Amino acid sequence: MGDTIDIHQLVGWLRRFHDLVQDQTAYLTELDSAIGDADHGTNMARGMESVVGKLDSGSASTVDELFKTVGMTLVTTVGGASGPLYGTLFLRFGAAAGAVDRLDGAGLAAALRAGLDGVVARGKAEAGDKTMFDALSPAVDALDAALAGGAAPADAVAVARDAAIAGRDATGPLVAKKGRASYLGERSVGHIDPGSASTALLISALADELAAPSEA
Amino acid sequence: MKKLINKVDDVVADALTGIEASDRNVRVDHVNRIIYRADAPRPGKVGLVSGGGSGHEPLHGGFVGLGMLDAACAGHVFTSPTPDQMLEATKGVDSGAGVLHIVKNYTGDVMNFEMAAELAASETGVTVETVVTNDDVAVQDSLYTAGRRGVGVTVLLEKIAGAAAEQGRSLADVAAIARSVNDNGRSMGMALTSCTVPSAGKPTFDLPEDEIEIGIGIHGEPGRHRVPLAGAREIAEQLLDPILADLDFTGAPAIVMLNGMGGTPLIELYIMYGEVARILEKAGVGIARNIVGNYITSLDMAGCSVTVLRASDEHLALWDAPVNTAGLRWGI
Repeated sequence: MGDTIDIHQLVGWLRRFHDLVQDQTAYLTELDSAIGDADHGTNMARGMESVVGKLDSGSASTVDELFKTVGMTLVTTVGGASGPLYGTLFLRFGAAAGAVDRLDGAGLAAALRAGLDGVVARGKAEAGDKTMFDALSPAVDALDAALAGGAAPADAVAVARDAAIAGRDATGPLVAKKGRASYLGERSVGHIDPGSASTALLISALADELAAPSEA
Repeated sequence: MKKLINKVDDVVADALTGIEASDRNVRVDHVNRIIYRADAPRPGKVGLVSGGGSGHEPLHGGFVGLGMLDAACAGHVFTSPTPDQMLEATKGVDSGAGVLHIVKNYTGDVMNFEMAAELAASETGVTVETVVTNDDVAVQDSLYTAGRRGVGVTVLLEKIAGAAAEQGRSLADVAAIARSVNDNGRSMGMALTSCTVPSAGKPTFDLPEDEIEIGIGIHGEPGRHRVPLAGAREIAEQLLDPILADLDFTGAPAIVMLNGMGGTPLIELYIMYGEVARILEKAGVGIARNIVGNYITSLDMAGCSVTVLRASDEHLALWDAPVNTAGLRWGI
């Protein structure tokens, strides 16, 4: 453990994300019942279950290979809008990281930034539209800022996690402008966006992994 | 919940088995959940691929066949199919003339088809054009939402663009005709009852015995407003007023679809059509063609929708061209 994150830790991140999603399936679906179509938790759980199946059976040796598998698995199993959005996030993450077996802090931040750009390209969401962007974008900004300030990757990702959680909570008062929730208009106010909640879990999983790395 | 199903998890797979058994003009890829025209790909013909969540039958699988779609991808109930299905269907119908994707405007459907088109471009070299339908006038504030939903006009578009493709028109031509149908069509729907999604097991929303929901979509999502139950005449006015306010339908032939949402008997749909025809005539709209029946449904929801297309002579000629599908069949 130190200034780089190796591929085993990236796999550990994905497994922890799976565990968090499984743990919070009911919570994510409950958020989605309020302003969507009540399937975000089960869809993400199904997708991450398939991802873990792939992690168990295969052994990607490079970051781009690993995340291409993860992205395509999510795209083909999650469905709805979350499949393409999370799928694109991971596909772009892997493509930006390239054929390497470890990332330094700057590499991690650049890959996450590429993932965020992919989410924007796919979903056309802007800040304040009450989507996963509202958790992911502040997290990526916070990661960049912390790294620029000299923080170690694990500490910088902890800051990013806090920003993602704050971003998630800040979606409550917003009026949804994208996705099925947008048809509710003002009636979407007072509910946390389910996509921002799963994104907060994604960044939390990374922070947990870097704080206590999985064994290779 | 009382439904004619085996297991909740098998609803889509079992329905595909039944579609294959009932219609010898199609074949089914059960692994990828794609319904193909039996003789696809047709040499030299532009391929038409659509798809969406299941639960809207006969849309889309019932419109696969001569003069309409070449393939339809079936998603889970009310959930978009995925890009791997759409990519497979695209490859399966391409004869070199290119493929048109027909997509209803829902966030999930649009993103999944977009990824499929990107994959088709990067992995296969198949030329794909996409047309997105968004005819539901119930959605206001399009600028601040995901936009108007794609509903009834999708049926008319698949018929008219399908006929153009059958005549051997180019991909650009077929796409332009498809867009002109969407641009000139408007729809509005209403519900007497909610629908029950099999996996949920209970109605999606509660609607009291004496109230109806005006401006519903096709997934049990909320409508524009809830009003007291009224007579067919008054309900027909509530559906047509926003349609006629949105586009001028006078001075051109109209194609009208009176569509059942799945749980309403034909006798009521005919009553509604009679009222719709009377109102349109009074408004100076000349109905040239019409269809009455269940074409784009919402499981067992009771209710109906009206779609009006301001048709060109070309639209009418293509509408009259032969079609041989489970859902629409004439001229053969």
